[in-house]
Amino acid sequence: MFKKLALASVIALATSSVFAGEPIKIGFVTTLSTGAGVIGQDMRDGAELALDQLDRKMGGSDVTIIYEDDGFKPEIGKQKTDKLVKKDKVDFVSGYIWSHVLMASYKKVVDNDVFLIGSNAGPSTIAGKRCHENFFSTSWQNDQNAMAMGEVLNQRGIKRLYIMAPNYAAGKNMVAGVKRTFKGEVVGQDMTKFPAQLDFSAELAKVRAAKPDALWVFYPGKHGVQFLKQYSQSKLAKDVPLYNIFTIDNLSLPRVGEWAEGSLMTQFWAPNLDTPANKRFVDGFKEKYDRYPSFYAAQSYDSMMLIDSAVRKVDGDVSDKDAVRAALTEADFESVRGKINYGNNHFPIQDFYLTKVIKDSDGVYTTEIVKKVLSNHQDPYASKCKI
Amino acid sequence: MNWLLLLEQVLNGFQLGMLLFLLAAGLTLVFGIMDFVNLAHGSLYMMGAFFCATFSEWTNSFLFGALLTIPATFILGVVVEMVALRRLYSRNHLDQVLVTFGLILFFNELVRLIWGPVGLDIVLPDFLNRSVEIIPGVPYPIYRLAIIVLGLAVALLLYWIISKTRLGMLIRAGASNREMMGALGINVQLLFTLVFGLGATLAGIAGLMAGPILSVEIGMGRSIIILTFVVIVIGGIGSIKGAFIAAIVVGIIDTVGRSFLPDILKLMVSSDAASTAAPAISSMLIYFMMALVLAIRPQGLFPPKGVA
Amino acid sequence: MVISIRNKINICLLVLLALVPTITTLVDDSFYTGVFSRVLILAIAAISLNLLIGFGGLVSFGQAAFMGVGAYAVGIGSFHMLEDGIDWMGNGYIQLAGSVVISVVLCLIIGTISLRTRGMYFIMITIAFSQMLYFTAVGVDLYGGDDGLSIYERSDMLGLIDLNDEDSFYYLCFTSLLFVLWFFHKINHSRFGQVISGSKSNEERMLAIGFSPFKYRLAAFVISGVFAGYSGFLMANLNDFVSPDMMHWTRSCELIVMIVLGGVAGLFGPLYGALAFLLLEELLSSIPLNIAGLRVGEYWQLIFGPLLIVLVLCARNGIDGLLPGAKHDK
Repeated sequence: MFKKLALASVIALATSSVFAGEPIKIGFVTTLSTGAGVIGQDMRDGAELALDQLDRKMGGSDVTIIYEDDGFKPEIGKQKTDKLVKKDKVDFVSGYIWSHVLMASYKKVVDNDVFLIGSNAGPSTIAGKRCHENFFSTSWQNDQNAMAMGEVLNQRGIKRLYIMAPNYAAGKNMVAGVKRTFKGEVVGQDMTKFPAQLDFSAELAKVRAAKPDALWVFYPGKHGVQFLKQYSQSKLAKDVPLYNIFTIDNLSLPRVGEWAEGSLMTQFWAPNLDTPANKRFVDGFKEKYDRYPSFYAAQSYDSMMLIDSAVRKVDGDVSDKDAVRAALTEADFESVRGKINYGNNHFPIQDFYLTKVIKDSDGVYTTEIVKKVLSNHQDPYASKCKI
Repeated sequence: MNWLLLLEQVLNGFQLGMLLFLLAAGLTLVFGIMDFVNLAHGSLYMMGAFFCATFSEWTNSFLFGALLTIPATFILGVVVEMVALRRLYSRNHLDQVLVTFGLILFFNELVRLIWGPVGLDIVLPDFLNRSVEIIPGVPYPIYRLAIIVLGLAVALLLYWIISKTRLGMLIRAGASNREMMGALGINVQLLFTLVFGLGATLAGIAGLMAGPILSVEIGMGRSIIILTFVVIVIGGIGSIKGAFIAAIVVGIIDTVGRSFLPDILKLMVSSDAASTAAPAISSMLIYFMMALVLAIRPQGLFPPKGVA
Repeated sequence: MVISIRNKINICLLVLLALVPTITTLVDDSFYTGVFSRVLILAIAAISLNLLIGFGGLVSFGQAAFMGVGAYAVGIGSFHMLEDGIDWMGNGYIQLAGSVVISVVLCLIIGTISLRTRGMYFIMITIAFSQMLYFTAVGVDLYGGDDGLSIYERSDMLGLIDLNDEDSFYYLCFTSLLFVLWFFHKINHSRFGQVISGSKSNEERMLAIGFSPFKYRLAAFVISGVFAGYSGFLMANLNDFVSPDMMHWTRSCELIVMIVLGGVAGLFGPLYGALAFLLLEELLSSIPLNIAGLRVGEYWQLIFGPLLIVLVLCARNGIDGLLPGAKHDK
């Protein structure tokens, strides 16, 4: 047993030093198995597209990327992260869909002086009290989209709101975010068991009984599909309009488009966002994979481009951690949302839009921008961060 | 107190209870007669849902898909019994736990290999996709009513099989005295295979019925199988009647608890604390009930006669 | 004193385990130190559970929940130390003491109710209680609820041992394993152990000669639970993270699988089982083969599941039963 392990590692060591010029090593942790695997696949596709467009090179060095599956479980994610940091000795770790997986893995990465580029989850603790100089986000802090949503609800004259969300870190952050800006009354709130609960009949019955002006939900991934299916079966739509965040995306639209057409959400991005980098990304993505990218893919694409910008700045020498960190903080590249400006906690200060589900000219469902809701918005936790 | 809402939640609870009963009936039969712990019963439920999704797509009809699923899960049950489980009847429960645990891993991965990680949808025909107002002012999905009706029909059919047919007589005899059966020259091996196939079919029916409401996905059996175990233990292992009553009680307690606990808790603590603590406490209700039942009656509510 | 072949194999295994940090340092792959720390921790949990299962014939599905008690003792302690500046809560000995007290109280309550039932009912009622503990952990928002709790400071052992150092942490796990092996060896060969295993095979006889199996079983239930808590304490420090997920009944199921895989009859069985289970997981999932464009490693459970089944069907007493000089059940 041991001989085998030892031998394997010796071989691995020997082969890794064959390349001239140390390759840049990136680990990417996401969910590839379980029902949420569709999100991970989209993130992988986004990252792969970025690397293709960079010719698989950053700052003159070759790039190796290692994808790991967290199985939707914090501790598996943490184990895989551990392996990337200790065994594969990567320079950057990126990915992470779920807040709880990120929270479990976070310390392992940043404490070992490896840079963590978060491509989706943005829990409040990491934006605030537990922020770290080695963490950078190419997405958003969990509360921000929800705060934009609260503004939208106010603008549309919603007075009595019913809230449904899953009972986990991101769910609680989102609910807190909406309540932070929404000025009306929350007449009911259900936090459903996550990820086990997929039958929302009991909660939808309560919504009907409460007669709110609107229902706002946050159900990412497959939970969104289930929710929309049951919402449409319950025939609530004519009395209680639906607002959502992260519940409908370009991954689920092929399945839920007809139920979701016209529904409204808030986002920092949509496929039709008018920036040069976004056009290059969306066109490239459609050409390569023959479908629309989701925001998950957009964020992952940006993660790779951010790493590339930093590696180019230090001419491929990633051993000088301070120089790499400074380069990452500058974020000197065109992201899909335009230039990224980092706040002190390394979350982007950015615009948020109201977006809507539409059918494009080819009859494919997608989302498009209706109007800007928040400009240069910084998350509310940055003040608690002591960097 | 909102009575309409309560009524609607009781209906929802009934519907969950029917799914649980279909699962519990098969499990309790296999347990009661063969004294066999089958952790992989949830995998058969999952396979039923995936079969139905696939056949529905082939035939473009949910009803045909469902009809094809029934023999398919029966065959699957028989194959599993012959290949893996047959040699385990004489072994202790531990070995059975290990083998059926292995089966769970195998089936989950097999589904991922064949159908991918994403899961499938079962599209309902229009006539099932509507709502009716059985309670004035509350449209209730027809499909959920259909589950309740079908569940009751299966319960009646099982009752008839077990109390009026020769197979049922053998099943009852097998549950009370296994050795005697062999001595009377009855082909016990064949009986066991048939019973296991029947259990698998019932699990498959539960799976295909749950498919359109929940998503058809890997691991869909994991959360429901434990509820099923709770049902058969409360009802008394081996008792179909016990399983039926316990399934409805568990279904209603689970659903009504989920719906009304937050409001009840709000009377005691702040509303934020209530809405986060409620799901946890309502999930616990069922286990609490089971511990209570077993603390008073260590054999469950309706222990079948002659089963020690 | 003649050492049997069987014991020679056991001693060889322990010597090899003692050398793990040395070997990983030699091949510069400290990742495996962590992997083996996990093996040892789960082996401790499995050996203590085997007192109930193998020797007492009581199949408890609640072990993971008691591991959770020890793990949360670390998580909660570290949380209050950092959030509220209560320094003594970060002290490992105090965390351990807390874990022991809570384990004993819980095991007394749960054991008293559960041990009245038999067979399948016992399995189910232990699942029920462990699920209640699981949902309690899910419901406490302060400590992260479903998401669990990141542990930013490992337990402080007052300079006796530095848990942040991978190798010293491994040696702590190894020493603990040696102690657990010795302790359960003593128990099994004491009168107490004989009453426990005697009541498994013949309860009436035990009653007839004046022993009340219930008290002995309850004591065994408590001892097993306390050691489960200790393994949870180690696990939380290894993972820097604790979540309700580690208390779920499926985790208890995995422990039972390890025990049965290794063999319930002997002291070393669960250790072999934990080793085999976790190393197979590690090896199978990193098979670098591609078949028809699919990475075999990604579908490792497709191999692992049937492998478990074949093992049970072929090796009646687990891995332990394959070694020379095995005691055979039944």
